Amino acid sequence: MSATDALSALLLAAGSVFCMIGALGLLRMPDFFTRMHAASVTDTLGAGLILLGLMVQAGLTLITVKLIAIGVLIFFTSPAATHALARAALARGVKPLLAGDEVTSSKK
Amino acid sequence: MFVSVGLVCALFVFWILMSGYFTPFLLAAGLGSAIAITWFAHRMEVADREGQPLHLTPQAMSYTPWLLKEIVKAALGVSRIILDPRLPVSPTLARFRPSQQSTVGLVTHANSITLTPGTITVEAQHDEFLVHGLTREGALGTVDSEMDARVHRFEGGA
Repeated sequence: MSATDALSALLLAAGSVFCMIGALGLLRMPDFFTRMHAASVTDTLGAGLILLGLMVQAGLTLITVKLIAIGVLIFFTSPAATHALARAALARGVKPLLAGDEVTSSKK
Repeated sequence: MFVSVGLVCALFVFWILMSGYFTPFLLAAGLGSAIAITWFAHRMEVADREGQPLHLTPQAMSYTPWLLKEIVKAALGVSRIILDPRLPVSPTLARFRPSQQSTVGLVTHANSITLTPGTITVEAQHDEFLVHGLTREGALGTVDSEMDARVHRFEGGA
């Protein structure tokens, strides 16, 4: 096994671990909004490390460029989707489970 | 003009990278498509500084690495919370006024908060952001934050 193979295997394994941590969080969290936080681990570190591992496999080729394009796509679309989901939930009356009062800015 | 030329170049480079073929016919077809799309974008009035914020490219070069570092730190923090047997969450809402003026700046700030695991922008308006944080410290951390100041500099503010 070459050094690049080892590096890419390490990155892929680490990415998979973070995907599983995200899934575990999705099950463990108490309500809708906290579950969304757990899911965001999967689409940042999980997806990012897996893409990085695949890039190491592909080397300096057009495939790597396409993998980067996928990464950029996730980078811009996933927060938009997350925001839309959270906003829709709140608008439809899903009450977030809260531990304390709302925090506000000191300067207004 | 700057927007149009930039858009044609960006679309053409995108075509080349996605196709990977360098025959004269396909290169000409790519350039033709890039020009056509730019013309359509003009007709739809979506080719402007808001849709294609190409003038922000230098600032994006310095902001993105910082944001990626913050995302990794936050993701590790949330992972630690998930793996903690006590599950130490303290979900909190934060309401504050972002310092950005431009739409691009506000969207960048709201997206950056959502991308960072542990915080989600629920409402994003010109004068008010509503953020849901997984922990109280996380929610507090988004109010008048370093991110806010950095995005404000990013969009060209003082």
